[in-house]
Amino acid sequence: METKVSSLKKEVIIGDTQPTVIIGERINPAGKKKLAEALKAGDLEIVRSEALAQVQAGADILDVNVGTFGVDEVALLPRAVQAVMDTVDVPLCIDSNNPAALEAAIKIYKGKPLVNSVTGEERSLKRVLPLVKEYKAAVVGLVQDDEGIPKDAQRRVSIAHKIVERAEAAGIPREDVVIDCLAFAVGADTNSGLAVLEAIQRIKAELGVNMTLGASNISFGLPDRELLNNAFAAMVIAAGITCLITDAAKVRPAIIAADLVLGRDKHARRYIEAYRQRQRQQIVE
Amino acid sequence: MAKDLVKTLADLKEQEVMEIVKSRLSAGDDPLKILEDARKGMEIVGKRFASSEYFIPDLVYSGEILRAVTELVKPKLSKTTESKKLGKVVFGTVAGDIHDIGKDIVVFMLDVNGFEVYDLGVDVPVQKFVEKIKETGAPIVGLSGFLTLAFDSMKQTIEAMKAAGVRDKVKVMIGGGQISEEVRKYTGADAYGKDAMAGVALAKQWAGVK
Repeated sequence: METKVSSLKKEVIIGDTQPTVIIGERINPAGKKKLAEALKAGDLEIVRSEALAQVQAGADILDVNVGTFGVDEVALLPRAVQAVMDTVDVPLCIDSNNPAALEAAIKIYKGKPLVNSVTGEERSLKRVLPLVKEYKAAVVGLVQDDEGIPKDAQRRVSIAHKIVERAEAAGIPREDVVIDCLAFAVGADTNSGLAVLEAIQRIKAELGVNMTLGASNISFGLPDRELLNNAFAAMVIAAGITCLITDAAKVRPAIIAADLVLGRDKHARRYIEAYRQRQRQQIVE
Repeated sequence: MAKDLVKTLADLKEQEVMEIVKSRLSAGDDPLKILEDARKGMEIVGKRFASSEYFIPDLVYSGEILRAVTELVKPKLSKTTESKKLGKVVFGTVAGDIHDIGKDIVVFMLDVNGFEVYDLGVDVPVQKFVEKIKETGAPIVGLSGFLTLAFDSMKQTIEAMKAAGVRDKVKVMIGGGQISEEVRKYTGADAYGKDAMAGVALAKQWAGVK
C-alpha cells in the first residue's frame, strides 16, 4: 500500500517496498525553550533554519507544529507552514491538536499534506476526517480514544481498526491513513516498547496500512537517548513501520542501516552514499 | 549488625533491602524505625534523581521497593499508626486531556511516600474535582495535563473551586510536559512541579512534613 504526499515540486511515497520515510520532528516547541519563545513573539527565523537543516540532514517530509502556551495556533500555524514552504521544497506534515489550526494551515498548503492528526476520540473523528476528505489530504491516525491512552497491543489494534473504518466511511481511501501506534517512554513502563512492536505487526497484518511513529518519546527520561532511539528505530522498521517522525540528523544512519538489512536498499546505494557523505563532512571539519 | 537499610535502599538493592527488613523485624526492631530508615533512603533516591545520577526507572523501582518494605512491615504496626497518612491528595488529568503516564508516576510516588491519593483518572470534568475535594476534605490537589489545551481546563478547574468556596481550603499543584511559571500564573495554581519528585516535595511541604 502506498501513501503519496506532495509539495508543489516533490512527491514522497510511503510504502513497504520503499526506503523508510523520515519526517523531521524538530519544528515543534515541546521541550525547546528558544523555539517556544520565538513562536510566542511571532518570529519564524528558527523555523526556517530548522527546516533547512533537517532537509540537509536527509528528512523527506517536515513536521510543522507551533503548539505552545501563549501562541494562537490558528493564526501562527499557517504562517509557519508558509515560511517552511518558502524555505524548502519537501512535503509537510501539518501538526496540531487544534482542528481549527489544522484547517487554516491546510487551506494555504500547496500540494497534498500529511495531516497530524486524527485520533479515535469521537470529537476528533467528527471534526478532522471531513477536513482531510475535503482537501484530499493524507492523515495520521493516533491510536488513542475516549477511553484514554492504550497500554497494550490489543487496544492499539482495535482503535486503528476504528480509525480506518471511520476514514473509509468518510470517503478517505485507506492508503491515505497512516496509523501512529503511539510509543511512550520505556523508562516509565518497561513493557511499553513490546506492546508497540506487537501492535505494529498486527496492524500491518490486519489492515495493511502505512504506519508512522513518534520515535523519540521512547527514550524520555533515560540517559544515552540516541542509543535507545537508534535501536528502537531499527526494530519498529522491521516490525512494519514505513515512516518515522524523528530527528533526521541523529537517527537517519540507523534507519538507513535497517533499510539495508530489510532489503530496501538495492546494492546498498543509500547506505554507502550516507557513509561517503559523513566522510566528506569529516574532511571538511 | 545488619547492613544499613538507608544506604541499601538508596542503592536500589531490592533483595538485600528485604533481607535487612526481615532480620530487623524478627529481631524485634521497632517497625516505625524501619519505615523511617526506608524514607531516608527514598530521600537519597530523590536527591540522586534531581542531580541526574538516577533516572525515571530508578525512581519507579525505588517506589516498588518501598511498597514491598511497607507490606512487610504493615502487620507489625499497631492499628493507629497503620492508618496514619501524611495527608490526602486529590489528583487527576484535567478535562480534554487523556495523558496518564506522568500523572501515574506522580500518584505512585505520592502513595509510596505516605500520602492518601484519590486518583480521579484522565479527562476529569471540573465538577468531579470539586466534588471529590468536598467529599474528602483533601488539602492538596494535583492537576496534570500534557496538551496545551489542558491549561485552560486547569484554569477552569481552579475557578470552579473558587465558585464552590473550596479554593481557600486547598493548595493546588500542576504538572505536565509543557508547564512553566507562566502557565502556573495563567491557571491560578499555587505551584508547579517539573517532575514526580518535585510533586512529592511540594506535597510534603504543604502537609507540613519536613
